[in-house]
Amino acid sequence: MIEKLASLLVLVPVLPLLAAAAIAVTKRPHRQRASTLAIGAMGLSCLIAVSAFLAIAGAPEERLVRNFDWLHIGNTTIQLGWMLDPLSAAMAAMVSFVGLLIFIFSKGYMAHDENYTRFFGFLALFGAAMLGLVIANSLLLLFICWELVGLASYLLIGFWFHKPEAAAAAKKAFITTRVGDMGLLLGMVWLHAATGTLTFYTEGGEGCLQAGALDSLGAAGLTARLIAPATLIALLLFCGAAGKSGQVPLHVWLPDAMEGPTPVSALIHAATMVAAGVFLMARVFPLLEVGAAMHGESHSVVTPALTVITWVGAFTALFAAFIAVAQNDIKRILAYSTVSQLGYMFLGLGAGGVAVGMFHLLTHAFFKALLFLGAGSVIHGCHEEQDIRYMGGVRRWMPVTFATYAVGMMALSGVPLFFSGFWSKDEILHAAHGWPVSHIPFLMGSLGAVLTAFYMTRQVCYVFFGPQRSREGADHGKAAHPHESPRVMTMPLVILATFAVGLGIFGTPAWPWAQSFLEGEHAHLAFGHLFSGEVLAVMGTSLVCVAFGIGAGWWFYGRQPISSAARPDALEERFTPVFVALKNRLYVDELYEATVIRFNALAARFFDVVDRWILGGAVAVIGYLVVGFAWIGRFLEDHGVNAGFDLGCRGIRRGAGAGAALQDGRVHNYLRALGIGFATLLLLMTWGCH
Amino acid sequence: MAPLHQYLLLSALLFGIGLAGVLTRRNGLITLMGIELMLNAANLNFIAFWRHSPNPEAIEGVLLTMFAIGVAAAEVAVGLALVIAIYRRYRSVNLDEVDQLKG
Repeated sequence: MIEKLASLLVLVPVLPLLAAAAIAVTKRPHRQRASTLAIGAMGLSCLIAVSAFLAIAGAPEERLVRNFDWLHIGNTTIQLGWMLDPLSAAMAAMVSFVGLLIFIFSKGYMAHDENYTRFFGFLALFGAAMLGLVIANSLLLLFICWELVGLASYLLIGFWFHKPEAAAAAKKAFITTRVGDMGLLLGMVWLHAATGTLTFYTEGGEGCLQAGALDSLGAAGLTARLIAPATLIALLLFCGAAGKSGQVPLHVWLPDAMEGPTPVSALIHAATMVAAGVFLMARVFPLLEVGAAMHGESHSVVTPALTVITWVGAFTALFAAFIAVAQNDIKRILAYSTVSQLGYMFLGLGAGGVAVGMFHLLTHAFFKALLFLGAGSVIHGCHEEQDIRYMGGVRRWMPVTFATYAVGMMALSGVPLFFSGFWSKDEILHAAHGWPVSHIPFLMGSLGAVLTAFYMTRQVCYVFFGPQRSREGADHGKAAHPHESPRVMTMPLVILATFAVGLGIFGTPAWPWAQSFLEGEHAHLAFGHLFSGEVLAVMGTSLVCVAFGIGAGWWFYGRQPISSAARPDALEERFTPVFVALKNRLYVDELYEATVIRFNALAARFFDVVDRWILGGAVAVIGYLVVGFAWIGRFLEDHGVNAGFDLGCRGIRRGAGAGAALQDGRVHNYLRALGIGFATLLLLMTWGCH
Repeated sequence: MAPLHQYLLLSALLFGIGLAGVLTRRNGLITLMGIELMLNAANLNFIAFWRHSPNPEAIEGVLLTMFAIGVAAAEVAVGLALVIAIYRRYRSVNLDEVDQLKG
């Protein structure tokens, strides 16, 4: 059964791919067919992925690989393939399930868009690429899908390309992630050079993540007392992961990516694609662990690569949480929140291993997709208004959206016990607490948790409470107040909210099923763990953080209803300089504008000058030389060859004219010539005989 | 019987008169007459040489001359027809005006 499912797993990405191809040739008016194809293909994929997940849930130590030869180049054979293991099954199930819900939501959200067919085509393409990415058993296949999801992300961010901001955001996303992907590509090439294969696992143990290859990678540097190649390769791969997952300093594209349609933000820029970086790190975790020094009782492994990942994650988690506090666009707040949560995932992965990071990834996917779809529902209900200052009081008109959004908000903030976000974030803080290198990431994570609770409370107060504050001069006749979204949009919200709550029970310290599953072990129920001192201490800390964050949020924004959109922000009144700096996103974009982009522009101008004047000059000189030679050739031709030829022709013509003149048509002249000739002949014969 | 050289001289005289007529006169008819004279000079030569040949009983000399006269008659018919055609086209028999075949 499980063998058969492992073979069938290839259909999971192939079905949406076929759907994308079919939609690509579907005409624009056939809207229904396009969405049905996409949703149907995703539904089938979801079915297969969930069956595979359930099958392997019973045997988490299994890893089934299906490899095939793709290319033969000289003596090198390049294999591609897919695999069924807990990590890929969990990801495939999550991606296809969340994707399916978001596809359904899009049917309502995009109902009035004229490019509905194109939208579903791109969505299906994205689904195919993302599912291919998660089941890939080869770094090369993973990379191909990685770039394809980047492409789909580019196409979907720029879906409304007639808006200049959307077109610019799409380019920014594509180029920024490309910076990271350069590292990924280099790491991949190096890995291939060092191990001779890019296949992760093979049945014969020759894969690049299996013992043989890893030993050689670790050993090469240790003997020379240098950094092991494994570390450098891992860091290069992490560059790609940081670009895709919006880690500082490559986070700038993710908030701008919110220019795309909201379901896209939910699917690509919250739940799935941005988490691909974390997934990549989880997938190559054996590589990150090479040369680990075990530290006493804690099960943390510490390597240079993991240390870097932990620090980058912790810094990003805090940095983005700060910026999120001062944003006014409902989607931008969530975008910075996503950056911050991805930082948490890296922090968890670096400090606590695959399971810790991945569990947060899975829970985050559900509640962040929920929040984004909720935001989409609010935007839809408020007639495309995105600025939270102009919303207010939406709770009264959109009860379902409000209820589900509140669930998502509490899950993200980490409200204890009943919400999945609490358990997964707690797990990360626990891992950070036990990290032997430093306690600072733990403090950063805790402060980030306070800020997370704070900015989510602020957002909810602005959007759902207080009086309605619509824009001055808005069209009041058309719609006086917001309206609830149709069922096709609220139903996915409800399902996602259920998961945002329910997933938590699979990851409590008492029964860490998800963690064990991801580590390839069976879980054991042990309530004792829940009450061990360290766990309680960390849980207490996070409880205090959340309570403090929500309390502060309520104090600033909820206590007195926000009466008018023009009123400055409660924090802005008290801490103006800080708030302005945060509102301007700590000037990172401006910094890049002034450094990297200016440098790039200067370099471009320099090379333009080189190209135009030096290379172009050389080309022009060669061109002129050729033209000169051609001119000389033409001159010779005109005045030498042609003139000679013309002279010959003229001579022939003149001779012919003279000959023709002899033939003057007068019969007497002919006769005269005949007579003279005859006489001459006669004379010759008369005297010539003697 | 007169000696041969007298015949030949007469024949040469006739030929010369004919040739002179052909070369000097512009009129197509007179040119034709000159040609007839030259032909008849040749005929006279044939007859003279036949009479002074070793066997004058043979018929060849007369026969050849009869042929030449027949051919000359045909030639004159053609020539006169040409002259008439030229006259119809050019309203003239002056051969110097008929030079359309010049190169």
